[in-house]
Amino acid sequence: MKTNIIISFGLISFILLLFYFGLNNKNKYETSDLVGKKLSSFELKSLDEKNVFNSNTLEKNTFTLINFWASWCAPCRKEHEYLMLLKKKTGLKILGVNFKDRKENALEFLQTLGNPYYLLAKDHDGRSSVNFGIYGIPESLLIDNELNVIKKFIGPINFDNYKEIVKIINNK
Amino acid sequence: MKKILSYLIIIFLFNSQAISKISNKDEIEILKNIRCLVCQGQSIADSNSDFAQTIKLVVKDKIGEGKTKKEIYGFLISKYGEWIVFDTQINRKNFLLWFLPYLSLFFGGLIIFAILKKKREN
Repeated sequence: MKTNIIISFGLISFILLLFYFGLNNKNKYETSDLVGKKLSSFELKSLDEKNVFNSNTLEKNTFTLINFWASWCAPCRKEHEYLMLLKKKTGLKILGVNFKDRKENALEFLQTLGNPYYLLAKDHDGRSSVNFGIYGIPESLLIDNELNVIKKFIGPINFDNYKEIVKIINNK
Repeated sequence: MKKILSYLIIIFLFNSQAISKISNKDEIEILKNIRCLVCQGQSIADSNSDFAQTIKLVVKDKIGEGKTKKEIYGFLISKYGEWIVFDTQINRKNFLLWFLPYLSLFFGGLIIFAILKKKREN
């Protein structure tokens, strides 16, 4: 009788524990798994198609913010003011990757709102963005000079993200 | 006997060729097993989203490069995490998920056996 009670109690506790962990499991997509990993080697064409940028280009920077954007993307307009502020920070360079956009529209966008990018690349069909784990825009990756992903921002960079980036680059 | 052996070798060689090349049917199978991250539950094969179109291009490129199914899934998992593939991979994190049903069956069976044995003895 005692043994049966212990076994039943053990089984019920185990099932409740499983429910607890299962229900607490986050069911929306997150990229926390990707933080800490090193970017694989990549190649990006410049927007004017005169140059090619690769991982060696970014190793010269202490920190690089790789920002995927497009002129047709409304949230990209929203985050632009923070990119312009980040442009002024020492130790950080911003690489802009123009995503599935037209060159003339992209240049007009930058002329109107300002250009925060030290380098401008393009990804006209989205293929290159997959190498960075991008699935929508705007998305940004903060990497160090060893190409380790320090932080990934899905969606427009807001004031809190801006403060977080400044804290990270100032702490190094 | 020699005829049977030669038939078996020919069948094996044909299957090896089939395994090394990903067919169009396999491409569709791969796309059906990849989750569209912007579509909440749809597969890449079923989705018309921008992201799905990009992944379809990338998968086609990887097949053209001669990558196997496992390599293609591995590449996408390295970029987007395990969530991108519908089929759960067998690894240390998911070990319990895969083997718990069998372990439950085994230990449940043991418990039932022990109870029945006790009843018989009584």
